Amino acid sequence: MSTVDLGLPSLPGGLHGVPAASEPQNRKEYVSDQEVRWCPGCGDYAVLAAFQGFLPELGIKRENIAMVSGIGCSSRFPYYLSTYGMHSIHGRAPAIATGLAVARPDLSVWVVTGDGDALSIGGNHLIHSLRRNVNLKILLFNNRIYGLTKGQYSPTSEPGKVTKSTPMGSVDNPFNPVSLALGAEATFVARTIDSDRKHLTSVLRAAAEHRGTAIVEIYQNCPIFNDNAFEAFKDPETRDDAIIPLVHGEPIRFGKEGRLGVVRDGFASLAVKEVADLPNGEADLVVHDAHADDPAYAFALSRLTDAGILHQAPIGIFRAVERPAYDDMVRQQITTAQEAQGTGDLQALVTGSDTWTIN
Amino acid sequence: MTIEVKQLDRVVIRFAGDSGDGMQLTGDRFTAETASFGNDLSTLPNFPAEIRAPAGTLPGVSSFQLHFADHDILTPGDAPDVLIAMNPAALKANLRDVPRGATLIVDTADFTARNLKRIGYEQNPLETGELDAYHVIGLNLTGMTVESVKEFGLSRKDASRAKNMYALGLVSWLFQRPVESTITFLETKFASKPDIRDANIAAFRAGYNFGETAEEFSVRYEVKPAKMATGTYRNISGNLALAYGLVAGAQRAGLPLVLGAYPITPASDVLHELSKLKRFNVTTIQAEDEIAGVGAALGASFGGALGVTTSSGPGISLKSETIGLGVMLELPLVVCDIQRAGPSTGMPTKTEQADLLQVMFGRNGEAPLPVLAAQSPADCFAIAVEAARIAITYRTPVIVLSDGYLANGSEPWQIPVVDDLPTIDPNFTLEPNATDDKGAPLYLPYLRDPETLSRAWAIPGTAGLDHRIGGLEKEDKTGNISYDPANHDLMIRTRQAKVDGIARSIDPIEVDDPDGTAKVLVLGWGSTYGPIGAGVRRVRKVGGKVAQAHLRHLNPFPPNLGDLLRSYDKVLVPEMNLGQLAMLLRAKFLVDVVSYAQVRGMPLGAAELAEVIGNLVEETEGIDDDARHLGEAAANLTHGEALNGNEHDLHQSRLGGAR
Repeated sequence: MSTVDLGLPSLPGGLHGVPAASEPQNRKEYVSDQEVRWCPGCGDYAVLAAFQGFLPELGIKRENIAMVSGIGCSSRFPYYLSTYGMHSIHGRAPAIATGLAVARPDLSVWVVTGDGDALSIGGNHLIHSLRRNVNLKILLFNNRIYGLTKGQYSPTSEPGKVTKSTPMGSVDNPFNPVSLALGAEATFVARTIDSDRKHLTSVLRAAAEHRGTAIVEIYQNCPIFNDNAFEAFKDPETRDDAIIPLVHGEPIRFGKEGRLGVVRDGFASLAVKEVADLPNGEADLVVHDAHADDPAYAFALSRLTDAGILHQAPIGIFRAVERPAYDDMVRQQITTAQEAQGTGDLQALVTGSDTWTIN
Repeated sequence: MTIEVKQLDRVVIRFAGDSGDGMQLTGDRFTAETASFGNDLSTLPNFPAEIRAPAGTLPGVSSFQLHFADHDILTPGDAPDVLIAMNPAALKANLRDVPRGATLIVDTADFTARNLKRIGYEQNPLETGELDAYHVIGLNLTGMTVESVKEFGLSRKDASRAKNMYALGLVSWLFQRPVESTITFLETKFASKPDIRDANIAAFRAGYNFGETAEEFSVRYEVKPAKMATGTYRNISGNLALAYGLVAGAQRAGLPLVLGAYPITPASDVLHELSKLKRFNVTTIQAEDEIAGVGAALGASFGGALGVTTSSGPGISLKSETIGLGVMLELPLVVCDIQRAGPSTGMPTKTEQADLLQVMFGRNGEAPLPVLAAQSPADCFAIAVEAARIAITYRTPVIVLSDGYLANGSEPWQIPVVDDLPTIDPNFTLEPNATDDKGAPLYLPYLRDPETLSRAWAIPGTAGLDHRIGGLEKEDKTGNISYDPANHDLMIRTRQAKVDGIARSIDPIEVDDPDGTAKVLVLGWGSTYGPIGAGVRRVRKVGGKVAQAHLRHLNPFPPNLGDLLRSYDKVLVPEMNLGQLAMLLRAKFLVDVVSYAQVRGMPLGAAELAEVIGNLVEETEGIDDDARHLGEAAANLTHGEALNGNEHDLHQSRLGGAR
């Protein structure tokens, strides 16, 4: 088999091709007339409120936003936004959204999914949308539990978790969604927390601006079946030591009075150390580079996330690199074909080159 | 030496060899030569699923059968008059299909003791006399090929690979085929490899010249061009016709076409063909799996394109949930099922029509959708256009059934005038279609057209009409989530009524009953059209009265089908499954149809059908078992006896496009 130079286009912004709104918009315009039906105290409310508040600032036409979701609590999200939306079937939202994004360059396409939807039944579609780098923004609500089916363990639940389907504790090894996305060479990978509206919004803004697939893992509390799974990141007593903040261009330093930091540790690994113990102090810390071409660095960062009960995890944008988007290239091939061969002549096509005539 | 030219009205020829011998290419070229000469023709490729099964073994044998004639024919023929066998395995694997008296052209190069033993011949069948009933022409085709290309300095292995072109040249001479198109083809195909190009052309010419000069052949044959309706023709296979039909349907609707597909035999060629047609605003997505293929298609439809997915039975199983979502969302979607022998992986390269009940009912809940079936390779074009019409007009997934026999088989096609194809109106909703109780404008996504019951379709990007749809049951008109019992019952019945109502837009089924006195109707669907038609002709030829009708719409059925079934004493339903259409007909019309079921992975044979039909005709007329003769007589008809005459032309697909 041979390969060809794809003649890759230079990268436009994430919202390139989406028509701009003629007037400023407000949050209220994005609230649909449907009653929101999540459980009281669900983290989804905070994400919805942040999202409704954030969409107007994109400055694009509301009717050019399309939300596609799968199945699960989070997948009810599209009903509550006055944009175009499809509540599809379990795990398939990235596949459906891929078709939509390819067909419609003038849309801003968002996928709303959860840890079960995206990483279990829909794992295949997720990794392939990331691999292709389709122009999708994927919001992965991770509450580390199955909520809608009433409390079974999920592919992100910690080992040993006791649930209705694992009375003796789960023996499954969990996925780290950020590691998984980086393994698929996703071009934009971030993690945020439902309760930190400011951080959540800043990450969403960066995701929207990204050309290609942007996946944002949102730590989201399920008060009914997995309450306080992310408490370490919210409790004022613990959060400073729990959140490893990722800010591009800055040394990765955190903890009370900045006592902790991230340093290189052996071959392609990173570790958390007391800054005071480092020979050169802060100068030994890793300076975060979200634009590193090799995903190995971001992957090493993602491994600083606890696999079991969460006490510590990096929060922020792990990776944001440029790679041509799948749908842009698919459309470019059509343009190229039409420029070279003209728009197709259907009669000539069906007639072909080898005909005979009966008189 | 004078060579006699013998006139024949039809010939069935089969090329057989190892999978790597290029038999499909050889068959394709002979078909192209024959088509350009003006014969009517029908082809049947038959090959193993393994790309290269071990050379010289029975499972590795690949064949290509072509039936060509000076008159209208319907099938690739039951039995070859000429078998070209490129090795002992090809001879052994195909001999049982070849009637005594037929011609065997055998490449003797590989008839060594070792090769013969490998496939169970203790002695060389060319020497034992066991082939005495045949006209055997044993030639060292490989040796002569190598000799004919020695000037090009190829290795023996490379040189011998041109033996299929040598054989093609020889057979082209034997049947007086025009050879220019094959020379041009070889020049183009191997343009970048001059050695291979020249060797193939030299071998082809050498084979042709060998026929002219060698003494093995005292007779050449001539099959005159067929009398066909005036017009311009081309040869076309089912998968190519399907691809073109899908493009035509999208173009007539003014919509871009988005194909989401995963490679699967025998459907992959539709993906390949559509991938070449980007200039027609065709997007092809080779998805990560079957589910993603249909998902991408449905997503594209949500965006206002014509979403299409192509697959075969196992893939359709995987797509079922998404197709059900399409039923709920009421969006256009064309799902092509190129059926193959099942269950499970089954026999991927063999044909069958056993997915009918799967596509009718293989979804959770009440999920009705239209089902269409092509009846011949060329008819795949018209059926695809019809599928696009129904999908877009009624906002529904539509299943198109083809099968391996139609997909790879080919026939002459009277090229349609594309401007005469129906135009399809997507009728997008651009403005609010209702008002709320305060009189404010409102968009109701599930407000329906009173005639078609199709819902209002506003696509993303349409200002003021934003809305949310999903797989949850929706309230009538608003499309909001609803768990109301009465609403659910209403929506279930409405979706069913919408599909049932499509019958009002399709033609009544036509019956071919020449003098209107037949008591037996033979009703089929899909690729059995050709064999049934040929079987019916045979029965009529020996004096039997029998009617034929063929279904292209399987859900809903044509509006007059029930009356038609009830107007005959007996209805015979031949199928390549265990009686799936028969089950549907009995359930729907309470008519006790007679099922004739054969599931061998091969098309039904015209002679076997003639026997079944003939017997049923006599049984229905009250003739005792032992006094019956029609079936046997019809089955035993030879060549032209069975086929000449002025029967009603059955080739609807050649005469009309989609309606």
